[in-house]
Amino acid sequence: MIADSVIRDLRALLPSAAVLTADEDTAVYESDGLSAYRCRPGAVVLPETETQVIAILRLCHAAGVPVIARGSGTGLSGGALPREDSVLLGLAKLNKILHLDPLARSARVQPGVRNLAISGEAAAYGLYYAPDPSSQIACSIGGNVAENSGGVHCLKYGLTVHNVLGVRAVTIDGEILQLGGDCLDSPGYDLLALLHGSEGMLAVITEITVKLLPKPEHAQVILAAFDSVETAGAAVGAIIAGGILPAGLEMMDRPAIHAAEAFIHANYPLDAAAILLVEVDGTTEEMAEDLRCVHDILAANGATSARTAVDDTERLRFWAGRKNAFPAVGRLSPDYYCMDGTIPRRALPAVLYGIEVLSEEYGLRVANVFHAGDGNLHPLILYDANIPGELHKTEQLGARILELCVQYGGTITGEHGVGMEKIDQMCVQFRALELAAFHGIKAAFDPAGLLNPGKAVPTLQRCAELGAMHVHAGQLSHPHLPRF
Amino acid sequence: MQTLVDQVKDAYLARRMLQIRGGGSKDWYGNAAQGSVIDVSGHSGIVEYAPAELVLTAKAGTRLAEIETVLAANNQMLSFEPPHYGDSATLGGTLACGFSGARRPYSGSARDAVLGVQILDGRGDLLNFGGKVIKNVAGYDISRLTVGALGTLGIILQASVKVVPRPAATVTLQYELDQAASIVRMNELAGQPLPLTAAAWINGVLSLRLEGNAAAVLAAQAKLGGDILDHAADFWLAAREHTAPFFAGETPLWRLSVPPTVPPLDLPGKQAVTWGGAQRWLKSATPAASIYAAAARIGGHAALYRGARPQTGVFHALPAAVMALHRRLKTQFDPHGILNRGRLYSDF
Repeated sequence: MIADSVIRDLRALLPSAAVLTADEDTAVYESDGLSAYRCRPGAVVLPETETQVIAILRLCHAAGVPVIARGSGTGLSGGALPREDSVLLGLAKLNKILHLDPLARSARVQPGVRNLAISGEAAAYGLYYAPDPSSQIACSIGGNVAENSGGVHCLKYGLTVHNVLGVRAVTIDGEILQLGGDCLDSPGYDLLALLHGSEGMLAVITEITVKLLPKPEHAQVILAAFDSVETAGAAVGAIIAGGILPAGLEMMDRPAIHAAEAFIHANYPLDAAAILLVEVDGTTEEMAEDLRCVHDILAANGATSARTAVDDTERLRFWAGRKNAFPAVGRLSPDYYCMDGTIPRRALPAVLYGIEVLSEEYGLRVANVFHAGDGNLHPLILYDANIPGELHKTEQLGARILELCVQYGGTITGEHGVGMEKIDQMCVQFRALELAAFHGIKAAFDPAGLLNPGKAVPTLQRCAELGAMHVHAGQLSHPHLPRF
Repeated sequence: MQTLVDQVKDAYLARRMLQIRGGGSKDWYGNAAQGSVIDVSGHSGIVEYAPAELVLTAKAGTRLAEIETVLAANNQMLSFEPPHYGDSATLGGTLACGFSGARRPYSGSARDAVLGVQILDGRGDLLNFGGKVIKNVAGYDISRLTVGALGTLGIILQASVKVVPRPAATVTLQYELDQAASIVRMNELAGQPLPLTAAAWINGVLSLRLEGNAAAVLAAQAKLGGDILDHAADFWLAAREHTAPFFAGETPLWRLSVPPTVPPLDLPGKQAVTWGGAQRWLKSATPAASIYAAAARIGGHAALYRGARPQTGVFHALPAAVMALHRRLKTQFDPHGILNRGRLYSDF
C-alpha cells in the first residue's frame, strides 16, 4: 500500500484523471502481456509531459516509493508487473511524434508512441522504422527500448539498440540524461546501449530518437518444406554460409504448421516436418538474384519443395500463418505459454529433440516457432490453467527448456526480457560475480533501488536459496551424461 | 591468462595503476594513461568461428589482420570495417577504442557488432557478459558498455562479434562536387533503397561505394552515373587508415561526430567528410575550446584525434549528471581506479 500523504501529493501534481487509486481503475494495470502474474498497484499515474514525469519521480524518490514504468503493457515477461507498494507510471499519454527529419532519416518521438505509428508517419518519405516485434501494432517505442525488442527481421536490420540514435531519460532523483542524439555516437561510455534492455530499472525514458531506413523496393518470400527439422536447420546454415543475408528467415515445426494451417489456411504443406519462410528484399534486380541463389541452395540441401509466393496476396498469406502462429496454437488449447530462448543455430536439432523429451516427461504439448536467422526459439507450451497445478507444471517445463538453451551455449531470453518470469533462470545463466556487476550498474543509477525493484536481476540470496546450477555456455560439469 | 589475472589482482591489492596495451598501434589515441604497462598482446587466438553462425570469438590480443584473413577465406568480413592504424592492431584494442570505418552508417558500429565479452575488472575478477547469439537480453548490456570505454571498466580479454557475408560485387563512383552539395547528396541517397556502403567527401571529390549482389550494384551504378574509380579498395583503405594526403602533416587532426546533414563546419582549417556526413575530419590549429564550442552548437561533439594533447584532455566534456554517472560506474568496476587511469577523462 502507498501512504495517503503520497497519494495526496501526487494528486496535487497531476490532473485528477491522471491519478488512479480505485480498485476498478487500477485493475486494468494489474498485469502486462504475461497475464499469469497479477498484482494491483498502489496507484497508477498517467503523466502527459516530461515535467510531470520528473515531478512524480522526485516525489516518489523523496517518499521512498517504488516506481514501475509501463508503456503499452504488451511485454511477455512481467517486466511491468506492479507491486502493491508501488506507483505504476503509465507513459502511454506521452504519445507524440515530435519531429521527423526525412533528410537525416531520423524521428524524435515520445515513449508512448506505438512502434507501427512511426513507420506510418515515415511512409510518406519512403522510410520506415525497422524493428518489428509481433506486437508492433500496439507496443510502445519506450517499451521497445526498455526490452531491446527484436522481431522477424533482426538478422539483417538489427534489434532496437541498433536502430536508436538517442534517448532522453530521467533518473529516479529527477535528473535529465541526454544519451546520444542526432549523431552516430557520443563521448564517454555507451550509456545509450546500456539503457537498451534495462527493463525500466535504470531510468525512465521521455524521448527517443530513432533511425529510419529506406523502405526496400520489393520483398518476396519462399516457402520451403522439409521432412526433418535437422535438414531444415542445415539448410538455414547453408543459406547463410552461402553469403545471403535474408531479411527474414523463419522456421516452424509440425505442430506449429498444423495449428497455423487450421487457423489461417496459408497453404502450408501438412506433411512437412518443418517449413522455412525465407524473405529476401531489395531492388528488383537484387531480389531476383537472391531468390535464384536461395532456390539453388534449398534444392541442394534437401528441401522437399520450395516455391516463391506467386503474388503479394500469397506472400502476405505465407507470412500471416507465421505471424498468427501464437493465436493459432492458442486455439488448440485453453492456454499457452510462450518461451523465448536463443541458441546457436547449429544446436537446433538437439534442442528440439530435448524439448520433445521434456514435453513427454511433463505430459504437455509443445509447438515451436523459430527465428532461424538469429537463433531465437519460441516454444509454445499448451496447457489448461483450469486444471489445478497445470500452470505450475508448465512453468517448470518452461524453466527446463530455458536451461536447455543455456546448456547449448544460448541464453534464457532473446527478446522478451527477464522481467519477473525468468528471474530464477538468471541464476543458471550467470555466476554470482556477474550478477553482482549487474547490481553494481543498478546502484550507480538508482542507489535506493526504487525503479522497478526486484525485476530482471535476482539477488544472490535468491539464487542461493534456489540452489540453481550455473551452466557456463556449453560447458557441462558431467558432459557424458545425457541431459535434455 | 592466469598471469594477467594475477597481475591485476596484485595491482588491486597494492593500489598500483596499470595501463593496458595490446599491439600498441593506438597508443596515441585518447589521453595518456598512468601506471605500468600490462601487455595483453600475448593473449591471442581465434577461439571459435563457425561461418554458418555468423559469429567469431577471439581473444583480445588476436590481430585484426589475422581475423580479417580468416573471415575472407570464408567469404565473410567484420561489419564495421575497423581502421587498424598499424599491423599490430588487435581486436581488443579496436573494441576498447570503439573504432568503426566507412561502412558504419549503413551496417553498424563496433559496439553494434559485439555480442559478448569476457573482461577482467579492476579487482582481477573474470566476468562474462552477453554470449555468442545475436538476440540476447539477459542482464544489462555490459558487453556493449565496454566498447569505447578505453579499458577503464575492465580489460577486454575475449570478445564474440557478429560477422557478415562479404558482398559479391563492389563499385566506387566519384563526382567533383563541393562540400555542401556533397553532404546533401550523401543524405538524399542514404534515404533511397540503394546498396550504399560508404559515402565520403575528400579533397573536393564525392565518393560513393555501392556493394551487394552483382545485379543490384549494376542497376544502382546505372542509376547514379559518375566516374568509376579504379583501385577503389586502395582509396577506401587510405581514407580509413589516414594515409590519404588529407591526413598528412603536423597540424592537429580533429574528429567531429555531428548530425549527418549539418553544413560544412564554420571553422578554420581543411575538412573531410566521412560516414555519409556524420563524421567530419578537421585539420586545424584553432584553439581546442573553439572547436568544442562549434561542435556543441551544431549538436555534435569533438575529439582531438592526433596532435599534442591539451591539459584539459582530448575528449568532449560531459554534462555534470552524465559525468557523475561515469564516476559511479567506474567505481563499480574498478574500485581503486587502477585501470587506464586518465585515458578517457582525467579524473578517473
